[in-house]
Amino acid sequence: MTMTVEPLPQKPWEVTSRQRASTASLLAIAALLSWLLITVTGLNGKLGYLSAFFVTAATLIFIQQFRLRNLAAAKDSLLSSFALLGMVITVIPIVSIVATVIVKGYKGIHFGLFFNDMSLNSVNDPINQGGLLHALLGTIIMVGGALIISFPIGVLTALYLTEIQGRLSRPIKFLVQAMSGVPSIVAGLFILSSLVYPVTKSLSGMMGSFALSILMIPTIARTAEEMLRLIPNELREAGVALGGTQWRTVAGVVLPAAKSGLVTAVILGMARIIGETAPLLLVSGGGDSVNLNPTSGPMGSLPYYIWKSFLTGGTEEAFARAWGGLLVLLAFIFILFGAARLISGRKVM
Amino acid sequence: MLTATEIVIPAPRELTTKPRRSDQIFRGVVTIGGMASLVILGLIALFLSLKGIHILREEKFSFITTSKWEVITDETGSIAGSSFGIGAMLVGTFLCALIAIIVGVPIAVLSALYLTFYAKGAAKKFLVSLVDLMAAFPSLLYGFWGFFIFMASAEYWAKLLNKYFGFIPFFDVPAPIFERSPFIAGLVLAIMIIPIVTSISREVFDQTPLDRIQAAYALGASKLAMIRAVVIPYGRGGVIGGAMLGLGRAMGETVAVYTVLNVVYQINWQVLFGAGGNVASLILLKFGEAGPYEVDALMAAGLILFVLTLFVNAAADLLITRFGGKGR
Repeated sequence: MTMTVEPLPQKPWEVTSRQRASTASLLAIAALLSWLLITVTGLNGKLGYLSAFFVTAATLIFIQQFRLRNLAAAKDSLLSSFALLGMVITVIPIVSIVATVIVKGYKGIHFGLFFNDMSLNSVNDPINQGGLLHALLGTIIMVGGALIISFPIGVLTALYLTEIQGRLSRPIKFLVQAMSGVPSIVAGLFILSSLVYPVTKSLSGMMGSFALSILMIPTIARTAEEMLRLIPNELREAGVALGGTQWRTVAGVVLPAAKSGLVTAVILGMARIIGETAPLLLVSGGGDSVNLNPTSGPMGSLPYYIWKSFLTGGTEEAFARAWGGLLVLLAFIFILFGAARLISGRKVM
Repeated sequence: MLTATEIVIPAPRELTTKPRRSDQIFRGVVTIGGMASLVILGLIALFLSLKGIHILREEKFSFITTSKWEVITDETGSIAGSSFGIGAMLVGTFLCALIAIIVGVPIAVLSALYLTFYAKGAAKKFLVSLVDLMAAFPSLLYGFWGFFIFMASAEYWAKLLNKYFGFIPFFDVPAPIFERSPFIAGLVLAIMIIPIVTSISREVFDQTPLDRIQAAYALGASKLAMIRAVVIPYGRGGVIGGAMLGLGRAMGETVAVYTVLNVVYQINWQVLFGAGGNVASLILLKFGEAGPYEVDALMAAGLILFVLTLFVNAAADLLITRFGGKGR
């Protein structure tokens, strides 16, 4: 008589409850030790506690691994501790920034904010007077203008790098890289020296668009290039094999296939410039009333609104106004990233 | 019966490798568009030099070596004399950017390692998006956050550093003013560049060939040994490139430095002391009150900054092609 024994599926790599318990107790001991360390040495602050905890925990895990296995495993555990530490240090500021902006910013948000401008108010007025309509419209107009200039140039650059791949590909790739390193204030100075002083002699929203587009072109070009590189070469070959010219292949196959990628490029470009302050301080003037004409007259912008509230006010109301403006700006960036994710279906965010 | 059928041999189709008219136009347009970056960079250099060259000619090398920025006007308001030098600001630029790199890059590489090789599933996705989002935060946000929130703790760390390492000249201070120092500005810049360097390093690490990783594991390597033997040699170039990108951004940063740093016109090597500046913040500071002549000097300063960042980017490119060549 035979008996069949069905072996249960086993997962030897899974963390057992015993291991989990030992790790937890180790961390608890580390917490206790670090608390002792702090009371003895007089370190203080959240960061003091964090660093003491990290040192003790990493040491304990190191010793445990050394006892259970060998030196190599112990060193390995050290790397994982440090990698986790790096991640934690990276994340702390972003949590702090978002929390600060929300906590301080909501006081500056009120219903009239999006329907009024600052033409009749100073930044020190009570917070429910005035608003940032002019800044919002100005930012939208200037970013839109920059987009109209940058999108064709950026995509053509990307097409040159991926489709034509001429002799100049390498230098142009380098130049695009170099252009992304142009400091924003230099972009502002360039527009001042090339257009404002010799040609228009006045500050306007269009000048702001030009300055922003210098910062936007490299972002769009590089993202679009990466996206176009993701298109498999087979698609291009298929297009050519069907008798298409290069132009038809690019227009009919490559670009539609990369559509979501190009949208991502646009959105990332917008996110790059929406909070740019320095060039706008130089070239767009920065008015306090709604100005829908980008060709004449100073044009406000969200960054300018925030800048002015912080630096010229000094009262509680002015700071609340500024943090409120930052909250709106942050909301814009969140919306842009969300949109990038939604539209492209790629995990941008 | 064979009849003489007329065999018409069609004339062979003309074979040509010459692209069609539409393609010629397409290639022409794309090539012109591709030249845009070259043209724009050239124009930036041209126009900034046009405005600033006479200042550079007057000041010669003292423009980058001396640290004086003054315009002397006589009673009628016309300019009697002037001297411009951005030495102090150049020192400040390098100092802040260097602190940012020294503090930021190791943290960024560690967190990139964590994201690539330790984080899993939903947590990984969330953290990656968080870092990418942070890279898109405007410098204005970092500046004001740094001033209102971060300054207090950074000041405390600066005091600790001064207390225990004060014998090193760098960490000494002439007077106990720890607020708004290059050290704090450098830390804020480090926080700014960490997400950039992290996301580039992560992309580079992600591209490490899986077969080599598996081969290392198959030979019995621990994660540490695998990373040291496979990932680091493969991704070194890309990581250096990312760090250089961060350096360039830190050097050209205007608003964050202007808000956090106490811009004082003197060469200050003592990083913990509350005085310093960088070229970009100088331009912003002086622009508001500058007359036409001083604006020209600011253009010259902008030109120097532009050339400097170009140089950093060129160095980054060279390093990547020389030592990396792979990855990005």
